[in-house]
Amino acid sequence: MKAKLKSKDLTIKRGNRRKSNFQGYWFVMLWLVGFVAFSLGPLVFSFIMSFFRWGLLDAPVFVGFRNYIDMFTRDRLFWVSLRVTLIYSGVSVPLGMVLSLMLAMLLNQKIKSMHFFRTIFYLPSVVSGVAVSVLWMWILQADFGILNYFLSLFGISGPDWLGDPQWALTALIIMSFWGIGGGMIIYLAGLQNIPPQFYEASDIDGASKWSQFWYITLPMLTPTIFFNLVTGIIFSFRTFTQGYVMTGGGPLDATMFFALHLFNQAFLHLRMGYASALAWVLFVVIMIFTSLVFKSSPFWVYYEAERRG
Amino acid sequence: MKKKHSLIIKNILVNILLSLGSLVFLVPFFWMISTSLKGPGAVFTFPPEWIPREFVWENFSHAWTVVPFSLFLRNTIFITVVTVIGTVFSSSLIAFGFSRMQFRGRSLLFGILLASMMIPWEVTIIPLFVQFNFFGWIDTFYPLIVPSFFGSAFFVFLLRQYFLTIPLDLDEAATIDGCTPFKIYWKILLPIVKPALVTVAVFQMMGSWNDFMGPLIFLNSQHNFTLTLGLNLFRNSFHTEWHNMMAISSVITTVPLLIFFVAQKHLIGGIALSGLKS
Repeated sequence: MKAKLKSKDLTIKRGNRRKSNFQGYWFVMLWLVGFVAFSLGPLVFSFIMSFFRWGLLDAPVFVGFRNYIDMFTRDRLFWVSLRVTLIYSGVSVPLGMVLSLMLAMLLNQKIKSMHFFRTIFYLPSVVSGVAVSVLWMWILQADFGILNYFLSLFGISGPDWLGDPQWALTALIIMSFWGIGGGMIIYLAGLQNIPPQFYEASDIDGASKWSQFWYITLPMLTPTIFFNLVTGIIFSFRTFTQGYVMTGGGPLDATMFFALHLFNQAFLHLRMGYASALAWVLFVVIMIFTSLVFKSSPFWVYYEAERRG
Repeated sequence: MKKKHSLIIKNILVNILLSLGSLVFLVPFFWMISTSLKGPGAVFTFPPEWIPREFVWENFSHAWTVVPFSLFLRNTIFITVVTVIGTVFSSSLIAFGFSRMQFRGRSLLFGILLASMMIPWEVTIIPLFVQFNFFGWIDTFYPLIVPSFFGSAFFVFLLRQYFLTIPLDLDEAATIDGCTPFKIYWKILLPIVKPALVTVAVFQMMGSWNDFMGPLIFLNSQHNFTLTLGLNLFRNSFHTEWHNMMAISSVITTVPLLIFFVAQKHLIGGIALSGLKS
C-alpha cells in the first residue's frame, strides 16, 4: 500500500514535469527549427559539399580531397589571400588594441566632457561598411584626398594609397584604426569595473602611476583584453567589404582577403564545392588562432572571481 | 593646494589631447559633408576647400534620382522594420524559454546555442544560397527577413541575462493566479525587460540598415536593391563623381547616427555588457 502510494506520487510528479518539459520546448522550438535550418543543416551540407565539384547548374561530382589538394598545390590566390589576411590581422588587431586601450585610459577620467568624447570616438563604429569604404576611397585618393593633403603639410608627398600594391594594404590598416571606438567602449567598461580602493590603497603606499598601471590596471583588464583579442581575431580574419568595395582585391592582389577570394570562387566562378572547402580552411585557421589564445589565457588572464573562490 | 593645481593642469592636458584626437576622428565626417555640397569643379582642388564657397544642394537631389534611391530606401526600410519585429519577438520568446522554463536538456541546448555563435557565415553562406535557391527565394527579401523570426543566438543570450535578473516569484504568483506561461511572458515579463528589448531592436536596426553581404548575395535585380547595394552600384557607374557619392554616403550614414544619438545609453550599455559577461 505504502509502496503503491509512493509510485503514484512519482507519476504525478513526473506528469507535471513532462507537462512543463513540453511547454519549455515549445518556447525554444523557434530557435531549434532555425538552428537546424539555418546553421546546423548548412554546416553539415557545407562539409559534404567541400568534397564535390559543383557549379550549381550542373550535377555535383564527388572528387574526394581534390578541392583541398588543389587549394594547397594549384591555387596561387589561396596562398596570396592567406598571406594578405594574416598580415592585415597581425598588424591591425594588436595595434588597434593598443590604440583603443590608450584611448579608453584617457577617457576614464573624471572630467565633464567624458560622455561627449566617448560619443565622438564611437561614431565611426556606427556607420555602414559600404559608406565608410566609399568615404575612405575619397580620403585616400592620390591627388585630392585629405590624407595626402595632410602629409603634404609636412612636406611628404603621399603615395597613391589604393593604386599602389605596396601601400594598398597599409591604407586599409590605417583605415581600420578609425573603428577603434568599439574596442574602446569595452575597455572603458572594464576600467570602470576596477574597484577604486585598489588605487587608493596603492596611493597610500606611494606607488607611481606607471606601477599602478602595470600592477593594477593591466592585470585587472586582462579578461577584457582577452575578449577584445578573440573578437578582433575573428572579425579581422573575415574582412570582406573593404576589399570588395574599395580595391576589388587589387592592385596585383595586394588586398585579396581570404573572404573575398572565397566570395569570388563561390559567386563569380560558381565553384560551390571549392569555395566550401575554402570556407572550412578559413574556419580551421580561425579556430587554431582563437584556441591558441584560449590555451594561453591561464598564463596571462587574471579572473578576480577565481582568486576569491 | 599644489596637488589641486597640478590636477587642473592635467585635466587641461587630457582635454586638449582628447580634443585633438576627436578632431582627427571627425574630419572624415566633415570631409564627407563638405564634399557632398561642392560643385564638380570645387571637388578637385588642391589644397582642398574645407568649406565650399558655394553650397550645391542639388547634388543630393541629383544623386538621389540618377539611381532610384527612393526605391532602395523603401526596400531597406521594409527589410529593417520586418527583421526588427522578427528578432525582438523571437529572441525574447526563446530567451524566456531558456531562462524561466524547466525542461530536460535545457543547459545542453543553451550550450549549443552559445556554440552556434561561433559558426562563421563563410561556412554557412554557400549552403544557404543553395537552399534558398532551391526554395526559389533568390532575388526576394525572404532570405534576409525569414531567419530573423527564428531568433538570433547573440540576442537570445543577451535577453536571457536580463530575464535571469528578475525574481522567479513573479512567475509563481502568476501561475497560481492561472496565467499560462505565454501570458506570463507577454503580459508580465516583456514590459519589465523593455530596456533590453530596445537594445536588441537598436542593434538589429543598425545591422539590417548597414548589411551589405546579405543583400549582395541574395538580391540580383535592381528593383530589389537596398541602400548599401545602391551606393555600391552608384560607385561602379559614377566612380569619379565624388560630390554625388558623398551626398549618398551622407544620407545613408545619417540614419544610424541619429539612432545612435537617440538610443546611445542602450547601445553602449549593451556592448559593454556583452563584453563583460563573456
